[in-house]
Amino acid sequence: MDYIQNTPADASDMLKSIGVKSIDDLFASIPEAVRLKRPLEIPPALPEQDLLAHLSALAARNRTFDAGRCFLGAGAYNHYVPAVVDALFSRGEFLSAYTPYQAEASQGTLQHIFEFQSMICELTGMDVANASHYDGGTALEEAVAMAVDHTERKKVVLSGGVNPQYRAVVKSLFKHLGATIVEVAQVRGQTPVATLKEAAQDAACIVIQNPNFLGGIEDVPAVAEIAHAAGALAVASVNPTALALLKSPGECGFDIAVGEGQPLGIDMNFGGPWAGFIAAKKEFIRGMPGRIVGETVDAEGKRGFTLTLQAREQHIRREKASSNICTNQALMALRATIYLETLGPGGLGRVAELCVQRAHELAEKIVKVPGVKVPFQYPFFHEFVAEIPHPAQTLTRLQERGFLGGLYLQPIFRDLRDHVLLCCTERNTSADIDAFVAALAESI
Amino acid sequence: MKTIFEKSHPGRSTAYFAAAAPGEKPVSAYLPEKSLRAKPPGLPEVSELEIVRHFTELSHRTFSIDGNFYPLGSCTMKYNPKINEKIAAMAGFAKLHPLQPFDTVQGLLEIMWSLERMLAEIAGMDAVTLQPAAGAQGELTGLLLIRSHHQENKQDHRTQILIPDSAHGTNPATATLSGYKTVSVKSDGRGGVDLEDLKSKLSDKVAGMMITNPSTLGLFEENIREIADLVHKAGGLVYMDGANMNAIQGKARPGDFGIDVMHFNLHKTFSTPHGGGGPGSGPVACKKFLEPYLPVPRIVKDGSTFKFDGAQPKTIGKVKAFWGNVGMHIRAYTYIRFHGPEGIRRNAEHAVLNANYLMSKLKTRFKVAYPRVCMHEFVIDNTPYAKKTGVRTLDMAKRLLDYNYHPPTIYFPLIVHEAMMIEPTETESRETLDAFADAMLKIADEAKNTPDLVKKAPHTMPVKRLDEVRAAKNPNVKWCTPCDPPPPPEE
Repeated sequence: MDYIQNTPADASDMLKSIGVKSIDDLFASIPEAVRLKRPLEIPPALPEQDLLAHLSALAARNRTFDAGRCFLGAGAYNHYVPAVVDALFSRGEFLSAYTPYQAEASQGTLQHIFEFQSMICELTGMDVANASHYDGGTALEEAVAMAVDHTERKKVVLSGGVNPQYRAVVKSLFKHLGATIVEVAQVRGQTPVATLKEAAQDAACIVIQNPNFLGGIEDVPAVAEIAHAAGALAVASVNPTALALLKSPGECGFDIAVGEGQPLGIDMNFGGPWAGFIAAKKEFIRGMPGRIVGETVDAEGKRGFTLTLQAREQHIRREKASSNICTNQALMALRATIYLETLGPGGLGRVAELCVQRAHELAEKIVKVPGVKVPFQYPFFHEFVAEIPHPAQTLTRLQERGFLGGLYLQPIFRDLRDHVLLCCTERNTSADIDAFVAALAESI
Repeated sequence: MKTIFEKSHPGRSTAYFAAAAPGEKPVSAYLPEKSLRAKPPGLPEVSELEIVRHFTELSHRTFSIDGNFYPLGSCTMKYNPKINEKIAAMAGFAKLHPLQPFDTVQGLLEIMWSLERMLAEIAGMDAVTLQPAAGAQGELTGLLLIRSHHQENKQDHRTQILIPDSAHGTNPATATLSGYKTVSVKSDGRGGVDLEDLKSKLSDKVAGMMITNPSTLGLFEENIREIADLVHKAGGLVYMDGANMNAIQGKARPGDFGIDVMHFNLHKTFSTPHGGGGPGSGPVACKKFLEPYLPVPRIVKDGSTFKFDGAQPKTIGKVKAFWGNVGMHIRAYTYIRFHGPEGIRRNAEHAVLNANYLMSKLKTRFKVAYPRVCMHEFVIDNTPYAKKTGVRTLDMAKRLLDYNYHPPTIYFPLIVHEAMMIEPTETESRETLDAFADAMLKIADEAKNTPDLVKKAPHTMPVKRLDEVRAAKNPNVKWCTPCDPPPPPEE
């Protein structure tokens, strides 16, 4: 099976026109000794009807949890996606276009990326944003690289409140480049500012996540001050939904803001594809990685959009490029763009408000279950830490009752032995929360 | 057309969520006042109908495979089957949380595990990771594996990566990012690696070579075995950029011709959608001796159960949060299962047939940079036209837009001056190739007879040629109102 249009008669005419006898003649440049002389050992072809049945059976072996019964976050968030996002996302013109190198024939792609950049700047309080990045973790890695280049320093201070997956990505790259990574452990759900200050000397950057991995709101302006006093850049990893309510990193004095666009209308997709973003103050624009779309005019003075500042990028600067990235996540950034424009300030604000209210409702109700505590008294957005008896076993029992409970924290934070990280979004109604609390009481 | 910000009308919105209930506590009851914004972010306020019209109009201003022949060299713009999209969007895949316990995602782990095995077979390699988000990240992963291997063997003095001068820019950029110095290797008169130049650059400083095969000139590297042997004898490893695997899948395997580690571009060879610039997906395949360094977690099969295994003491770590661009893995798996062994091989055969057929139609009027049988793509050099008529490759590319074709890749590879790199792919019909060739020949006539018509093209697009100098000099990368007045146009 294939999607080839050439019939045997077409192929034979085409070979004649080329002046060779067979298709194999066209492969003569592959040395005889390395040609594959047997069929590939992969499963046999399936016609579309059988293919759909096969994949449907595999999909059925994955368990989906009803929208309101997911209380797991930890970097992937279960939000409502308006139907219009899927409808417009699936247009073939968007799906099957490539990088807008030919600007005149790509004004659609260029303009939706320009609108994405504009809204990321608006949310983060920054001057410039790129066309999107692989994901939140690699966006953070690139922000750290920008800081290392800018300051010519090789020490990186990471708050222990940064998503552990993101910290792992930063470490894999920078340990090879001889950088020192200093991680400042959290205390009761927040990053101790005094310890950050001690670590800041000679640092290229201080990285903080807000809300942090445990859901807590950090003392963000203080972090920017500490970084700048030490000559370091202040880098924030942020949740874009929360920025509907929280002061932006730009307003708090940060130099670079990065984050994951998944909460903005992108399905969880078992972790990808999503869309990272990188935004910065304007003085850093020429050190930014990845594609950037700019506004300009055409030969008749009419407004148009084009890829710009390409002299930073690998296809021009090769070994001197600011990053090796070539693609962005345009299609996923398109989802975020449609989502943000559909919701507007009111809709996004309402999502964020419901997240805060529902998470606090859960925290208030859950402590009434005997043996359950909410141990840390920090302000939180839509995630918080709860202490429950026999967490691993309890989570399995909750799963049997149809709930995706929180994340068991002990494998990541050794001192949080009986702790789980719980999350609520607008999808968890009061009824869902009551049902979850009742199921928890039965599961312990 | 207007931006969405110019269509914004305060007070317009659609209800997607329950309105505030009486007695509901404000956010300030839960969060400290000093952490809150004074006013909401300046997002547009529009109706859902306006959104639909806005994006429909944007889609009409976008060339795509669904709408146009798109022979963009090195990008493999083949048809993206609709069934792949339908399957990837199923709730049983799209709605899965990445941290769900593995016993609740056995179907998906089976797909990922099977895709790894199929890619290993197509590559002739032993092990695969699906984690890299795109080709460039695959390259980085591959070079970090090479680096870890040398470190373990106390070969830290190996600091150089050899890269042919025809290579894509991500190769040298990746070498730098991995902490290596790039040493460029010349191409010979036939478009292959110059063996004498290669030999002169081999030493005990060489950590490895990055090679693209078939090359960016659309040519199979005839001396690939000898090249790999030379690098191996010098103590280096060979990385292959698999961007052009579409030409050789089922016909030859990198693992059989001396490659140690390589990446695939699922969005090229296995037709996951290019999406206006991404997402890509760049799985890395390697030989057994590099497997211990692969990113964690690995997907393992334990009896009939699939699991993640993070306990790999020599791993380079994680290159991406979670497990990779899984939605793309599902599409690629679907695509390979539809094709089976024969279909995969036929894709290579017809990609090569179509490219050679198109070359045979064009070579009567255009200079082919390396005039011999090509693989999936070929490069023409428009220097003769540029010298005679002043019409450059850029002009011809823009004129193709008026004929409703997306132009080929231009000015790449860098070693061909007025390069136009043409990759038709296997899914195009002979009629389409004939019509495209006719348009190219007409443009050749226009270059001679009415050069200004070509130099001022395109004439039919929503905008004329754009002032890129101005865009870069005074970067305006976000909507702002009120804005500084725009600078005067460049002379």
